[in-house]
Parts: sequence; C-alpha cells; structure tokens
Amino acid sequence: MGGDETIIKIPKSLYKKIEEKLKDTEFKSVSEYATHLLREALEGMEEEPVFSKEEEEKVKERLRALGYLD
Amino acid sequence: MVSKPHGGKLVRRIVAERTRERILSEQGEYPRVQIEHGRAIDIENIAHGVYSPLKGFLTSDDFGSVLNEMRLSNDLPWTIPIVLDVEKPNFDEGDAILLYYENLPIARMHVEEIYTYDKREFSVKVFKTDDSAHPGVARVMNMGDYLIGGEIELLNELPNPFAKYTLRPVETRVLFKELGWRTIVAFQTRNVPHLGHEYVQKAALTFVDGLFINPVLGRKKKGDYKDEVIIKAYEALFRHYYPKDSATLATVRYEMRYAGPREAIHHAIMRKNLGATHFIVGRDHAGVGDYYGPYEAWDLFDNFPDLGITPMFIREAFYCRKCGGMVNAKICPHGEEFHVHISGTKLRKMIMARERPPEYMMRPEVYEVVRSFENPFVE
Repeated sequence: MGGDETIIKIPKSLYKKIEEKLKDTEFKSVSEYATHLLREALEGMEEEPVFSKEEEEKVKERLRALGYLD
Repeated sequence: MVSKPHGGKLVRRIVAERTRERILSEQGEYPRVQIEHGRAIDIENIAHGVYSPLKGFLTSDDFGSVLNEMRLSNDLPWTIPIVLDVEKPNFDEGDAILLYYENLPIARMHVEEIYTYDKREFSVKVFKTDDSAHPGVARVMNMGDYLIGGEIELLNELPNPFAKYTLRPVETRVLFKELGWRTIVAFQTRNVPHLGHEYVQKAALTFVDGLFINPVLGRKKKGDYKDEVIIKAYEALFRHYYPKDSATLATVRYEMRYAGPREAIHHAIMRKNLGATHFIVGRDHAGVGDYYGPYEAWDLFDNFPDLGITPMFIREAFYCRKCGGMVNAKICPHGEEFHVHISGTKLRKMIMARERPPEYMMRPEVYEVVRSFENPFVE
C-alpha cells in the first residue's frame, strides 16, 4: 500500500456482497468503488451555499416590502 | 431542509450592471436574432436558476440525450428540451449574438453549436404524437430548421405586471427558511381554486411544513382565468381557510408545452429549484385532449429515483353526498350516484352566468373575489 493511502474497516459480509455486485461493472475492486462513493459524498458536503449572508439580508428586505414576511 | 438545486448548484446568469451597459452600448456590433415570447421566458428561467443546471439552450449532445433518455448527457434527469430555433443563422459557431423580443434585447448568447434536428422525432418523443392538432406538436412543426446551443446572459426581462408576486429561486429559498419550513409541497395551477384543489392541497399539507402555491403565468387562451383573478382568489382562500403561515403563493412565468408525463417531471424539477421538497401530481398533469392517460405521469416518476424532489400522487377529489365531504376514489366506498364531480367547465359557465356555485364546489369568499371582476376570463 502506498504512503498516501489508509485502511478503512467495513463488515466482511458487506465487503463480499459489494465484491459480488461489482463483477459486471467497471470498478476493479471494492476499494476503487468505495473511493468513488466517498469522493461523491465529500462533494455533497462541500457545496457552496446558495446565497451569501449579504444577499440573504437584501432578499429578506424585499420579502418584507412585498408582504411575504412581517 | 429545502431541496438542493437540481445538479447541485443554483444557476445565475444575470450580467452585472456595468457589463450590461457596455453590451447595450455595443448592441449594433452583434448579430441580432428575434425570438418568441416563450423563449424570452425560458431565458428568464435559465438566468434565475429555475432551469438549473441549464446555463443556456441545449447543444446537440444534451438535446439527443433528453429526447432519447430523458436525461442530460451527464445523466441528470431532464425531460423537456429547452431549445432555441432559428430559420437560417446569420452567425457562426463561436459568435456572440443578441437575442431580442421585438425591440427589447433580452440576452447575449454565446453560440457553441448550430445543428439540425428532426421535427417529427422531436414531437413523437416528447409529446408521444405527431398529430398537428396537439398544440406542442404544432409549435414544433412551426419552429425554424436549426437549433442553436450555448450559454446565455440575461440583459432585460420582459415587462411583468405581476413582478410583486414573482419570486426567484434564491428568494423562495430565503422565504422558506424564514418561515421555518423544512419540507415544502409545491402545487402548480392555472385556475382559481375550487374545493377539489383545496382538498388535494390540504391532503399534501398534512405531511409537510408548508404549502407553496405556484401559479403558472404564461400565454392565455380565450376562457382562461386572468392571472390577477387567480392570485386574488388564492389570497382570499388563504385568509379564510388556511392556518396562518401554512401556505404562501408566488408565480412563475413559463410557456406550457402540454407534454403530459414528461412535463410533469420538468415541473417537479422547476419546483425543486425553487426550494420545494415535494410536488403534487394529480390527474392528467400538463395534459391536453386525450393524448395521455389520466395517471400516466405517476408511472414515469418511477424512472427517476434520483429526481431529488418527492412526488405526491393525489387522485382527483370529488364530493360524496353519503360521506358528506370531499373524498377521492381510494377512500370513498360509495357509488357514482352519490358523487358530484367538480367540473372546471361547469364552474366557468356558472361564473359567466353570475350564478353562485354551491359551497361544496367553491368557497363563497373565493366566488366573491371572482365576481368582483367585471370579466374574470381572458377574451
């Protein structure tokens, strides 16, 4: 194992099920598949907010002026 | 919490004021392309993120993928081709052009691709018919022979008499956050509310924090309710029959395609971008005539487990004299002889004749609002 990798533990039963399912896919190993999934999950965690604090305040002002908020 | 934008990021394609002024001062230098009202509305929706992740009109890869797979080429669900047609391009790929509605420059577009397409294939795949009596097919058959794909930047919006009721995705998201709503069900409508609508909305509202009524404003045909009538009628309904802060209304401008099931998915995506977590899909959503089965849209949602907004399938409501209230076919055991179906056509006739509908069809307060308009219908 290279110096830039580490070990993650998962149940053996889960590992075997995934290994079986991956036989007809482009993933060469459970490690490769798990890496792919975790990268996607990380992306989801790092999403930028839809609006900034400054924009949020401006929008709230507009919503109050329009009667949507008190 | 409110839905993430479709594709993960809310698109915003509105030029900064300084850039806008420069482009407008140089407008004579750009090839000029006239567009229809419906495309100007599409541009507005692209620019404000209602059509996220689209940043412009589809290129051929995405167009083909949407027609054949109902997904963009990156596999994201997308069912209605958002395309810009021209008769004969007076520009090349790589050019920047200005798109005008009448004399108003609407957007600058970077032309990535110019391509041809098969109108019959487009019609059959999207509308499940090539019958020119279908309004969507008629429109496609009259489109120009070329499609242009590429990103847009909004310069001007079409005049909007209902600007104070039009909220953009960033605004609805802030609104839902301020109202404390984590789950929101969206309801699309083009009509004043009757008891059938109210039943469906309240059935859905039972399971979520808030109800978002989202009337579609677009081209009207004779006999449609005027937009101001729909808005005022809903305000009356909320005031008298909905708990405070349980429901809100904002409009969206959009040109209906009448593509039935495919369009139901598209409408759900639009409301996902507006922040809704759920979307009511009733009978014959976005249908016209008999081109689609009454609940055909429900089956199509099965193909999109990754849609990111939860459909709420609610059957048509009717009044049952035996049950003594609004019900639907799933929960009422009684025969047709006890049922009173609320017909939009019948309601229109009553209203036109200044005849008060029975209270099990329309709330009196809603009727009073409709009646206060000398003519509530488009002529």
